[in-house]
Amino acid sequence: MHEDNAPLVKIRGLRFSRGDRVIFDGVDIDIIRGKVTAIMGPSGTGKTTLLKLIGGQLRPDAGSVEVDGEDIQTLNLKRLYRLRMRMGMLFQTGALLTDLNVFDNVAYPLREHTRLPESMLRKLVLLKLEAVGLRGARDLMPSELSGGMARRVALARAMVLDPMMVMYDEPFTGQDPISMGVLLKLIRQLNDASQISSILVSHDVAETAQIADYIYVISGGKVVERGSPEALSGSRSPWVQQFMRGLPDGPVHFHYPAPGLEQDLLPQ
Amino acid sequence: MIEQLARLGRTGLGILERLGRGHLLLWAILAGSSSLLRRPNLLIAQMFAVGVLSVLIITVSGLFVGMVLGLQGHYTLSQFGAEESLGVVVAASLVRELGPVVTALLFAGRAGSALTAEIGLMKATEQLSGLEMMAVDPVKRILTPRFYAGFLSMPLLAALFSSVGVLGGYLVGVGLLGVDDGAFWSQMQAKIDLHEDIYNGVIKSIVFGVVCSWIALFQGYDAVPTSAGVSRATTRTVVHSALAVLGLDFVLTALMFGD
Repeated sequence: MHEDNAPLVKIRGLRFSRGDRVIFDGVDIDIIRGKVTAIMGPSGTGKTTLLKLIGGQLRPDAGSVEVDGEDIQTLNLKRLYRLRMRMGMLFQTGALLTDLNVFDNVAYPLREHTRLPESMLRKLVLLKLEAVGLRGARDLMPSELSGGMARRVALARAMVLDPMMVMYDEPFTGQDPISMGVLLKLIRQLNDASQISSILVSHDVAETAQIADYIYVISGGKVVERGSPEALSGSRSPWVQQFMRGLPDGPVHFHYPAPGLEQDLLPQ
Repeated sequence: MIEQLARLGRTGLGILERLGRGHLLLWAILAGSSSLLRRPNLLIAQMFAVGVLSVLIITVSGLFVGMVLGLQGHYTLSQFGAEESLGVVVAASLVRELGPVVTALLFAGRAGSALTAEIGLMKATEQLSGLEMMAVDPVKRILTPRFYAGFLSMPLLAALFSSVGVLGGYLVGVGLLGVDDGAFWSQMQAKIDLHEDIYNGVIKSIVFGVVCSWIALFQGYDAVPTSAGVSRATTRTVVHSALAVLGLDFVLTALMFGD
């Protein structure tokens, strides 16, 4: 339907604000098909908001968001839902339904959107759970899972309808090194094996740089740098250097703006 | 002065905006009604959670309220030598007023607060967003079955409350205070009118069912997705439901019996 080399997600001149606070001020982003694209930036720069704008859960104030050639803003609810069936999203908390066990959580999108016989549904779910290494945990409830396991189940659920893209919202936050390693391997492996496109939102620089093909760095509502992980680590921008290397002081100051220390401490 | 006026205006606008959002949500819930025909088991599961699990508190409360009515009614009636009318007094008070009203208040405390907390926590843990991203409408899938469960359970619970209450009144009046067994039942049968008393009571409890479920679901859906936000929403559900039930009870009573 669309040229294979056209970007899967095309964002142009995106503006979005919450109240008086401008979150995005003229952002252009292309998400290339079949690649892992990372969106990085400090906390509070609206990375999660960007995913919600791509998924059509929020509407931009200006600019356009196109997914697979369809302008999200012009779609009615029915067509938006049809498009969302081809997008998977992994939320920061996993967002598993707490009243269903692991198997039923992964089966949920299939039960909602398809009329597959139970035997085929079972096979599909078990295969997806096998891919994330949790086939043996099928009967556990979400409350019995560790944070990393919950994210893997959510990943299996995001993949169960064989989407064209998966969006990951801060997948590494609060993970121990082993879970982190597992998630890194899974994101890359699922991207390559299923030939999907991945959008990875994160501020974990080292982990993201390991698996991303292309990185956008966002700050202050604008894209401040873009390029491959190697290009970014060689960036001449002091801000990008501070961010990529995690330096405590630099263009982003260690101190919150305050009057001089003497002025505060010495008696008037 | 100007600042106070501006603050008043902001508060007023805020209230109107919430009312507007509440009505839009109710409309969306009702628009999703047809989805229940395709998935009746969603409704059945919620009828269990909202209705069946409230049966114990409704039964016990109904029994005590009926017993108190028996005692108080007997005390007043005996001053006029009209103890035989105890059955009518107990039954009329229950089916007209106490059944629907007390059931609605208990429902708001037991089921309404639970609904708000459940929906609010689903919002806070991104489950509702997760459903949206799975192309499942959370209003149809989560709210509509809960709304209908509340609205259908309320008249049934109110009927249970009134029935157990009448039995409570009977136990105290006939069993303890010696009112004549036959008079208790026959006077009740003769004086309680199907249309005037029972139907009006059922209409009240249907209205309360709609209002309590609506308030509970809206507060949960509109809650600020933090622990403090969900806790405030739960409190608001109980307070708003109680006020709405008592206010509406007056209006409905005036409309039904006010001539």
